[in-house]
Amino acid sequence: MQSKNVLKSGPPAWLQATPFGLVFVFFFIAPLILIAAVSFWPTSDYELVPGFTFQNYISIFDGCSNLAEPCTTLRTYFSTLQFSLITWAVTLVLGFSIAYFLAFHVRSSGAQTLLFILCTIPFWTSNVIRMISWVPLLGRNGLVNQMLLGLGVVNQPVEWLLFSQFSVVLAFVHLYTMFMLVPIFNSMMRIDRSLLEAADDAGATAWQTLWNVIVPLSRTGILIGSIFVITIVMGDFVTVGVMGGQQIASVGKVIQVQTSYLQFPLAAANAVVLLAVVLMIIVALNRLVDLRKEL
Amino acid sequence: MSREKRAKGFWPLAIVFGLFVLFLYGPVITIFVLSFQGPEGGLTFPMRGLSTVWYQKLWEGLGVVDIGAALRRSLALGFVVMALTVLLSLSAGLAFRKKLTGANLLFYVTVASLIMPSIIVSLGIGLQFRLIDGGLKWLLGAIGASDMLETYGTSLGLYTSGLGAHLTWTLPFGLLIMFAVFNRFNPAYEEAAIDQGATPWQTFLHVVLPLIGPSVIGIGMFGFTLSWDEIARSSQAIGDLNTLPLELQGLTTTVTTPSIYALGTVTTMVSLVVIAIALTTVAVLRRRRAGKK
Repeated sequence: MQSKNVLKSGPPAWLQATPFGLVFVFFFIAPLILIAAVSFWPTSDYELVPGFTFQNYISIFDGCSNLAEPCTTLRTYFSTLQFSLITWAVTLVLGFSIAYFLAFHVRSSGAQTLLFILCTIPFWTSNVIRMISWVPLLGRNGLVNQMLLGLGVVNQPVEWLLFSQFSVVLAFVHLYTMFMLVPIFNSMMRIDRSLLEAADDAGATAWQTLWNVIVPLSRTGILIGSIFVITIVMGDFVTVGVMGGQQIASVGKVIQVQTSYLQFPLAAANAVVLLAVVLMIIVALNRLVDLRKEL
Repeated sequence: MSREKRAKGFWPLAIVFGLFVLFLYGPVITIFVLSFQGPEGGLTFPMRGLSTVWYQKLWEGLGVVDIGAALRRSLALGFVVMALTVLLSLSAGLAFRKKLTGANLLFYVTVASLIMPSIIVSLGIGLQFRLIDGGLKWLLGAIGASDMLETYGTSLGLYTSGLGAHLTWTLPFGLLIMFAVFNRFNPAYEEAAIDQGATPWQTFLHVVLPLIGPSVIGIGMFGFTLSWDEIARSSQAIGDLNTLPLELQGLTTTVTTPSIYALGTVTTMVSLVVIAIALTTVAVLRRRRAGKK
């Protein structure tokens, strides 16, 4: 029972965890409660006046019952969900392939660490800079257009490369594949290698091993990565703003604009709706994974 | 080992990996190169000569933005966030090893903070501090401190709401790293120290800390670099004085000269230097420990 002794020594656990916990009570839980409360306050110019009204929510969903001609809110959610879905699919395939390569094809652990760090270093540098670094490549006079014109593939510069939905998705993939790669790699490194040998001995092809052994066992990593990527893209306003040339709408951008105009109750109501949608997606993803377990 | 035949699929995947690395680094390298554009050059290739003129222009200031001041603010905030992230995560990590009431709740709140859309956190904190402003102003009025009321600005600021917003982003990474560390930690070393009469503090300082040192440095690196580049959570919660990345984001729409690339190169260099220092220290610590064995 000695290990218990060691863990009991020193200051009490609650005291050690208190500073950490207080940060989240004050800067995370309290703000969320305030958002929920203020979303029911009446809209007023620049001032926060307590009250209780459903007006903010009503104005968000105003006219949304007519599906033939979707309201702004529905269209914004549709476009944001579309970004999430495309980004999710691309980062999943890319992140899984890279993680698979690192975990099962790179044999020396030194090379593995080195290549893994190589993939993660950009994560620690600025997102905005990584976004604007696409300008000299994709712009009207950028490298890609110069090349296409030089090769005679096109007669005039391609306009949709930058400040378009394409560039937004490209930037998402560029920035967030790492959130998919790391958890999947982590899951793969925990897979017992003897299972792969067993599959091989039993006559499974590489594809069968991949699909029937590695993919199911990487489930947790795939789930964590998916939650990361989808929640980030659902709430994004920086990437959509910079890479969309401030012309493309997203749910996060709506909230940001309303906040900067100090329309707090409306922004808060939008935040509550966004949070509800994100939570539903996370619950659905969890179900999806559990379902596979039962099948 | 390399003589062994490569498994099927190695080369296609190696090519995918190579292209991915190119995709990750290529664009950033182009702006490094273009930041040394000649005085006549523009935002895209070709290079019209080589110069550091855009760095000089950057130094003189871009429009109304005082880059130097923003840089100093971000550096200072980054170091404060780094120190707090290390201290709080380390302490909480130790607490999670013991019997901690509400451990699950605290863990889920931390994870929720990590995946919560940043705009919601930012809006919430901005809202909270404006309400605090309102409360304080009402209080000052109620006690008749009209002088203070007149000079009172706002409680939103770099080291109040801004610092809090950054911590909601850096602390979850810190705690997850601590979990990863202590999951693989062998308590036998601590037991030995306690058996030989070491106090809890001595055990921590001379046994636990050296063993987990590399990871603690990793937490510090996460703390600084994530704060140094943070935009989304700061955006509505920073107050009157912007951090460097917020200024940079604003400049992307107004500045049309390679100076913006020069600024991008400078900020990236700061990140890379911090990453290099952290990774080198970790490597040295690991090697020293391996040498001792």
